[in-house]
Amino acid sequence: MSPAIIVVCVLGGLLLVAPGLIWVERRLLAVWQDRYGPNRAGPLGLLVVLADTLKLFFKEDWIPPFADKKVFVMAPAIVVITVLMSFVIVPFSPGFIVVDLNIGLLFFLAMSSMGAYSIILGGWASNNKYSLLGAMRGAAQMISYEVFMGLSLMGVVLITGSFSLHDIVEAQRNMWFVVPQFLGFVIFLIAGIAETHRLPFDIPEAESELIAGFHSEYSGMKFGMFFVGEYIGIMLISCMVTCLFFGGWLGPAFLPPIVWFILKMFAFIALFILLRASLPRPRYDQLMEFGWKILLPLSLLNVMVTAAIILWNENPQ
Amino acid sequence: MFSIIRTMWLTFLHMFHKRDTIQYPEEKAALPARWRGRIVLTRDPDMGERCVGCYLCAAACPVDCISLQATEDEHGRRYPAFFRINFSRCIFCGYCEEACPTYAIQLIPDFEMGEYVRQNLVYEKEDLLINSQGKYPGYNYYKVAGLAIDGKSKGEGDNELEPVDVHSLLP
Repeated sequence: MSPAIIVVCVLGGLLLVAPGLIWVERRLLAVWQDRYGPNRAGPLGLLVVLADTLKLFFKEDWIPPFADKKVFVMAPAIVVITVLMSFVIVPFSPGFIVVDLNIGLLFFLAMSSMGAYSIILGGWASNNKYSLLGAMRGAAQMISYEVFMGLSLMGVVLITGSFSLHDIVEAQRNMWFVVPQFLGFVIFLIAGIAETHRLPFDIPEAESELIAGFHSEYSGMKFGMFFVGEYIGIMLISCMVTCLFFGGWLGPAFLPPIVWFILKMFAFIALFILLRASLPRPRYDQLMEFGWKILLPLSLLNVMVTAAIILWNENPQ
Repeated sequence: MFSIIRTMWLTFLHMFHKRDTIQYPEEKAALPARWRGRIVLTRDPDMGERCVGCYLCAAACPVDCISLQATEDEHGRRYPAFFRINFSRCIFCGYCEEACPTYAIQLIPDFEMGEYVRQNLVYEKEDLLINSQGKYPGYNYYKVAGLAIDGKSKGEGDNELEPVDVHSLLP
């Protein structure tokens, strides 16, 4: 397949599925809260997606007079751009990958970290107390999880010997990395939730205490961009977990590889929503403490033990 | 850590619980018998209007949504010339029902009063008056009021005594 077709497929697929996740999330949340969720518009309430999107388009797109206009407009674009850029290196099935970078994993880490700028800039440009508080929390959260997020993946890289996601998936033919790298998986999952600012780590947003945190001043499609960015972020982290720890597209042959990939991805999206349905939000100093004092040493230990075992296997005394 | 996983598991199990939602237009919730919904004006057993236009409901109304004008027919029986309730103001507190001395104004368990035009929420007397005695069947105010009215003079009603002859009370 030519790269142009793949780019169009990935981009179109993502932008179509991202609003669909609104419906998935609302239905699943409802299921876990003994409700039905949106079930009126269209079959199973699916048209609620269309209604939501149309509503966002027709909302007044207002820039507060006290805001820093250029930065205010730029911030929502950054989150979408960085998250979409990260998808460049995700291998959906053998050959169905936009570009198989040999530093794929590093590219993903770099791009997803850039997403933090949209929160900080958006909160700063809004010129509003709560937005700034949210932005500050976003920054604090970012420096606490970003370190062990990278470190938690080093075990996988050590075993594979490559940063390319294609190679990482291929290396899991015998055993998914979730078995030898279980600690790494748990740490990466926690970091991934923090990365996408999902509950329970939606500290920069924190509806109940900061109204909506960094995007309280946003309306219309600019708010929609933050929303889309968040949902694509969920998909990105689900894709990464699938690729890195659950064998990507690998699976029994009765289903095509891409279907296995999508099934696994949606399982993790459902897990994200289950987390939202069940867990309360920690204070942001608690998250920082948890990150620096528990998860960082654990991920370092994980890297050391993995490296030691690999060395031992290569030249046993 | 264990408690987090337990929480998630218990939340997951809610998938198999019974839904709490009542799918409203198809299913209706069971309303309590004393539900305070739409306001109606009831009639007495002879199908006469119970309302005597005393203005107590309008006075009791905390949001001033009731307005009426009392008048009398040729027999001296009072009734409202117009009776208007603005339901876009009404808070369904039921004070009008409590204030009413003749059980005329009553709140019934009907809440489906949605309108597309706000003006339609203003109910006139013909919208409010129903052909029913409401919650107090058999009650007929003028039969127990001790008032001389068409076909009945003082002391002829139910539970009424003959008017006292004031001259007999002299010491």
